[in-house]
Amino acid sequence: MSATTTHDEHHDDHGPAKGIMRWITTTNHKDIGTLYLVFALAMLFVGGAMSLVIRAELFQPGLQFVNPDFFNQMTTMHALIMVFGMIMPAFVGFANWMVPMMIGAPDMALPRLNNWSFWILPFAGTLLLSTLFMDGGGPASGWTLYPPLVLQTGNALPFAIFSVHLLGVSSIMGSINIIVTIMNMRAPGMTLLKMPLFVWTWLITAYLLIAVMPVLAGGVTMLLTDGFFGTSFFQAAGGGDPVLFQHIFWFFGHPEVYIIILPAFGIISQVIPTFSRKPLFGHDSMVYATASIAFLSFIVWAHHMFTVGMPLAGQLFFMLSTMLIAIPTGVKVFNWTATMWRGSLSFETPMLFALAFLFLFTIGGFSGLMVAIAPADFQYHDSYFVVAHFHYVLVPGALFGAIAGAYYWLPKWTGHMYNETLGKVHFWLSAIFVNLTFFPQHFVGLAGMPRRIPDYATQFADFNAISSVGAFGFGFSQLLLVYVVIQCVRGGEKASAQVWDGAEGLEWTVPSPAPYHTFEEPPLVR
Amino acid sequence: MAIAIAVILLVIGSLLFHFLSPWYFTPLASNWDTIDLTVDITFWVTGVVFVLVNLFLAYCVIRYRHKKGLKADYEPENKKLEWWLTGITTVGVVAMLAPGLVVWADFVTVPEDADEFEAVGQQWNWTFRFPGEDGVLGTTAVRFMSTENPFGIDPDDENGQDDVLIFDNEVHLPINRPVKALLRSKDVLHDFAVPQFRVKMDLVPGLVTYQWFTPTRTGNFDLLCEELCGLAHHTMRGNVVVDEQADFETWLAGHPTFADTQAEPAGDATVGQALYAPCAACHGMQGEGNPALNAPKLSGQEDWYLKRQLHNYKKGRRGADPADTNGMQMAAMVNTLPDTAALNSVVAYIQTLPDEPAPTTITGDAERGKDLYTTCAACHGRDGMGIWSVSAPRQAGMSDWYLANQLRNFKAGIRGAHPQDGFGEQMASMAMMLLNDQAIDDVVAYINTLPVTSPQQVANLEQ
Repeated sequence: MSATTTHDEHHDDHGPAKGIMRWITTTNHKDIGTLYLVFALAMLFVGGAMSLVIRAELFQPGLQFVNPDFFNQMTTMHALIMVFGMIMPAFVGFANWMVPMMIGAPDMALPRLNNWSFWILPFAGTLLLSTLFMDGGGPASGWTLYPPLVLQTGNALPFAIFSVHLLGVSSIMGSINIIVTIMNMRAPGMTLLKMPLFVWTWLITAYLLIAVMPVLAGGVTMLLTDGFFGTSFFQAAGGGDPVLFQHIFWFFGHPEVYIIILPAFGIISQVIPTFSRKPLFGHDSMVYATASIAFLSFIVWAHHMFTVGMPLAGQLFFMLSTMLIAIPTGVKVFNWTATMWRGSLSFETPMLFALAFLFLFTIGGFSGLMVAIAPADFQYHDSYFVVAHFHYVLVPGALFGAIAGAYYWLPKWTGHMYNETLGKVHFWLSAIFVNLTFFPQHFVGLAGMPRRIPDYATQFADFNAISSVGAFGFGFSQLLLVYVVIQCVRGGEKASAQVWDGAEGLEWTVPSPAPYHTFEEPPLVR
Repeated sequence: MAIAIAVILLVIGSLLFHFLSPWYFTPLASNWDTIDLTVDITFWVTGVVFVLVNLFLAYCVIRYRHKKGLKADYEPENKKLEWWLTGITTVGVVAMLAPGLVVWADFVTVPEDADEFEAVGQQWNWTFRFPGEDGVLGTTAVRFMSTENPFGIDPDDENGQDDVLIFDNEVHLPINRPVKALLRSKDVLHDFAVPQFRVKMDLVPGLVTYQWFTPTRTGNFDLLCEELCGLAHHTMRGNVVVDEQADFETWLAGHPTFADTQAEPAGDATVGQALYAPCAACHGMQGEGNPALNAPKLSGQEDWYLKRQLHNYKKGRRGADPADTNGMQMAAMVNTLPDTAALNSVVAYIQTLPDEPAPTTITGDAERGKDLYTTCAACHGRDGMGIWSVSAPRQAGMSDWYLANQLRNFKAGIRGAHPQDGFGEQMASMAMMLLNDQAIDDVVAYINTLPVTSPQQVANLEQ
């Protein structure tokens, strides 16, 4: 179905307002995209600093730097900040910048809503961080907020829950905007199956978000009423069931995993063809694979709960459905590799990150298959193996995807080429340290080291020390990214409109830097 | 090019590491070798795919490097290839899943002859219960729980009377006998995990979960809680000792049945008064303590704590380290109490002594101590009056110099190092957060500022 734009409102050809008000009042998708990306980058360092507190404490057995309660606050807040404050806003930022330009639309469909969905974020984030200074400290029950433990939180509980509500509202509004934009504002001739894969993955992600964020909001609200209004949804003493919360949480939590990874899949599906100078292999099957992953993500949640004593039928069902996900994911990995087959490959920084993504995400995917088999999971569950597994999916997976996207589109955003040498240095440092951090965690996990402990038995000491060194190396390497970005914004070699000689798509037909308003006349797509 | 070399090196490196490195599972100590096999199969299947995909990736990177004039092939689709790859993936998935299903069927089928025992978790320790001679565990309910009946066993249930209770973080199991562990939690989620047994299961408030295994190797294994259960989660460690059948029976016979604990002689304060005479020589007539003799204040301390420590001294769990000269003295003195009845009586007498706050002798930065104390408060209470349910004694208004000494002892491994002293071990681990003597003084200085509000004090005030 080709949608024709009915965008007949007249635009004065004005540039952005001056000063701080430009950013506060902006309804421009590029400005808002920038805001999202800058916010996410800032949060990367806030959440990263927390992980360094964790790794500093774990460098040696014993308690050296922080008390156990603060340690638990750090593990909890690190996850909440990284998931809700860093990686999700980062991908929304990419969507804001790129989706309209990739489908030939002049802006997002609902620009004021767009402004609002961003500006909720800094307040929600501040609210969440402020809990660290409250009586009783921040939430310390893990980001999964499992009752009954979470109900032992001090004053922070209602604030943390309210900030989760706000972050959810922001995500839902952002998703509505993306869906409406994609459905209604594609350039004439751009049928759904002609859409670039990044747009496709975001369309599907947006639906996932709308479906699951309200579930999380409902679940945490039930926590709130259990904590303060005497209900017993999750309190066994009052006839409730703590396992109910786990079902609700993971009904949100598993699709959330794909909310985080699908946009990264999208970026990788743009980057690899560009630097292979070859169209993406199996574009349509990639779309179907993405859709199947999204569908399956709704029916696998309880594989996070293999050790809560679920009924047999439940355990069996979730084991089978989880293994099914391997098939569409396999399709994706094969298609990316096949895209490079007989291509003409060059290795600029975005491509390097994409290749590392391919290699390392596969490791995370495979360890995911291992923990999906219930009896094998008995050995892994809640051990450091799981920590290693999901960090492989999230860091060299989602985060490397985002970094690849940043390098890939940076010249389009700023009009300058970034410093390629520094970009490559950043890549190699990141790739080495990320493995140094997370690979040894597989071993300590297999040997039985539990998650979320500030002190551990001495036999785990060596691998933990290595892991801590890696974490500090990785953390400080990211300062290089900030430097490269700032340098690129301020100047550098002029970028051409196409930037990369293999780049295809509407976003590469507009000049670099992209003018404040693009595609006021819809382009024609054949 | 560098990336291709890196990919190849990583592939070869990970293969070599897998086959050469000694780092693998902890050696198995149960019947669940099939779980190891399942894991091995996943290693093989994913390993083969991993090697093939990545070597192919490296090949593409080397072979199809961009050179001037090199045009990429146009091949946006190849339905046949895609179907083949999807098919092969499916085969791989089936190969991993099928053995898993078989093992899992074993796991959910508990052998008919499995012996039951119960593990009860609470923040942050374990207790255990064996069914006794009748082989049936008594029913339990939260409403029966009390200091005298921490398991909450129904006193009217015949089956419960002979249940053997283990008030300890250490449990023994007989070798080569299948056991079904029934798991129960009193407060939040916990998890019963012994890495060497391979199986693990959560303890969920309101549910009784279970798992079964057959220990196949004697030895001492760490029992870990692998589900975040709050501040002292990391110290919620226990021991599972796998014994020969005879040793196991001896061990089990050394523990009281539920009926024994209910019939335990209550302390008699008048009898206790006579028994207290030798104690008074050091601890003072009023149990007020005497720093000159290194004897702490006893009055106002919780009775369950005094009993536990006296038992610890008697059983050599405390005061056995030559570095602990005061503890050694106390351990010798405890022998003036011949049996549990005497011990209970003397504690009953101490409970009648007036509870005046001990004079403060330690100064420090109470503000800084307050921050440090937030961690302590999780168990000892914000008011420092101790909390029975987490086995943490009272600190406020007690001898401050003694507190400081004990913290130093915990840190130095002089106290809490005995493997059977589970709570001491926890405290030893937590004391590590006080990095130096200054921190110890600060936290004790803060405890000195806490108002003393023992029930006795409140009663005195009311008079």
